[in-house]
Amino acid sequence: MNRPDDYLNADYSVSSWLLTTDHKRIAILYLLSITLFFFVGGAAAVLFRLELMTPPGDLVGPETYNKLFTMHGVVMVFLFLIPSIPAVLGNFLLPMMIGARDLAFPKLNLLSWYLFILGSAVATTAILMGGLDTGWTFYTPYSTMFAHTNVVTGVLGVFIVGFSSILTGLNFIVTTHKMRAPGLTWFRLPLFVWALYATSLIQVLATPVLGITLLLLVAERGLGIGIFDPAIGGDPLLFQHLFWFYSHPAVYIMILPGMGVVSEIITCFSRKRIFGYPFIAFSSLAIAALGFLVWGHHMFVSGQSAYAGMVFSILSFLVAIPSAIKVFNWTATLYRGSISWQTPMLYALGFIGLFTLGGMTGLVLATLAVDIHVHDTYFVVAHFHYIMVGGMVMAYLGGIHFWWPKMTGKLYSEWWGRVSAAVIFIGFNLTFFPQFVLGYLGMPRRYHAYPDEFQVLNVLSTAGASILGAGYLLPFVYLLLSLKYGRDAGRNPWQATGLEWRTPSPPPTENFARVPEVREEAYAYGAEEAP
Amino acid sequence: MTTPHVRKGTPPKVYVSVYAVLLALTGLTVAAARFDLGRFNLAIALAIAGTKALAVIVYFMHARSAGRLIWLFAGAGFFWLAILITLSLYDPLTRGWLPPPEW
Repeated sequence: MNRPDDYLNADYSVSSWLLTTDHKRIAILYLLSITLFFFVGGAAAVLFRLELMTPPGDLVGPETYNKLFTMHGVVMVFLFLIPSIPAVLGNFLLPMMIGARDLAFPKLNLLSWYLFILGSAVATTAILMGGLDTGWTFYTPYSTMFAHTNVVTGVLGVFIVGFSSILTGLNFIVTTHKMRAPGLTWFRLPLFVWALYATSLIQVLATPVLGITLLLLVAERGLGIGIFDPAIGGDPLLFQHLFWFYSHPAVYIMILPGMGVVSEIITCFSRKRIFGYPFIAFSSLAIAALGFLVWGHHMFVSGQSAYAGMVFSILSFLVAIPSAIKVFNWTATLYRGSISWQTPMLYALGFIGLFTLGGMTGLVLATLAVDIHVHDTYFVVAHFHYIMVGGMVMAYLGGIHFWWPKMTGKLYSEWWGRVSAAVIFIGFNLTFFPQFVLGYLGMPRRYHAYPDEFQVLNVLSTAGASILGAGYLLPFVYLLLSLKYGRDAGRNPWQATGLEWRTPSPPPTENFARVPEVREEAYAYGAEEAP
Repeated sequence: MTTPHVRKGTPPKVYVSVYAVLLALTGLTVAAARFDLGRFNLAIALAIAGTKALAVIVYFMHARSAGRLIWLFAGAGFFWLAILITLSLYDPLTRGWLPPPEW
């Protein structure tokens, strides 16, 4: 039974939720919001995967198909993936992990959620008005000169959501600098905090460029100001430069917090100190920094100069180094660990495998000559889904399962948890691995019809998507059921280290009755295991 | 009364003076736009805008009295802006270096 003074029971009124400044309640508001958008974006994917069951365009026409994949991309990227781990798990955990009672700017945190809701409402309005068909990348000159859909409304929605992201990043940076508990030095911080910090830097430094770029798009489309259209003095590639200056680092906004989650889970369920703490910490910062230097690899065949292509190709290879450092260190942490196969661990291990495959195929795409062959094919679609879904969504679900007992005070069904992790892993691979082959064989992305020889692989992919969809519904059901039927979790059901586990489950409104003092490094699992 | 946003030691007249300078520079921008100075049009417009931005950062955003960490973050913003401009320009400036491929 929940303690009477926990954050969930502090007040039951609607206004107490809508006007809350408690970081934990705001995290729950984000959780509910992005879960809704996850299923909206997923519904669009179901429709176009059904369309791709057969070679001819028989379920939806080309215009509807274009709107469906645009809706899927915009909703999943801007309304689910980017806010997912930072805004839900980060909001909930960051203050507790550093021994603080809230974020540095609690009201700004609430404003951030309202901006997210406002922006997503505007984007949803664009969808309800008939949608837009530009793809989530809004490429000019199509978006400025030719598209007759609701481009401006959709773009303004994304523009507003960007401010939510900036405010969250700003809040996390200041909180990490200023509100750490006594004794909690930088090298005693949980690696999830390092990952959130690196993510926040990207959010603050890159998101404004997206906002400016989208405004310039609206200025050209609405006012005829020449920015991207060569006929009135613009450069169409300028849009791609500006867009990817944000959107490539945005990939790291999505994946870096997932890496932080995996570091927490791997250590806990192998009962070992993390291997190479400073390397993992600094590799997060290195990924954040290098991630800003590689955007041109999205433009190898766009007309970008060959010399710029070479520079961006080399720089893109460099990002593999800090990413590989993380994978090697997680693997080394597992070595001779006392591993237990709990649900969060299964998700984390799934992350490592799928992220590695996604990352390695990224190197294939960063190779100039090979990219000419596979550019804009399903190979690219498979690659970034291995990173964003296989990596990020696995990490997000792993994190949700890991900290669910802390968030709700309840334990879920471990058996169903393991089943869901396995079903999602199998469904994911069946959905997206055939797409690597499709792309290599030459099937372009974003077409609603295709030649007959591609049907078998497309049917496999759609079959996998149905398994994946069922896999995603499972946690939705058993986590909700755990709220009513789950056993009480207690303060620390995983016997994990970290300040958040010292609070009751669910935690009280201000987390700690007394601000804790930190006297040891993170992940002191080895100490308790030592003979 | 001192508001939380007005640091001690920064008299209101400083803000008023900076505001007046910003207005004057805006007027200068408009005036400069009336003359065609050729290749200097852009340079002058950017110089005025840069001066205004600097005045806002130093006085209105209190960077003058801020610690090193704040300067570090402010500097990082400009460093990242330099990355954006440099690597973006690298593309158009090198487009003609190689002949187009013959397919």
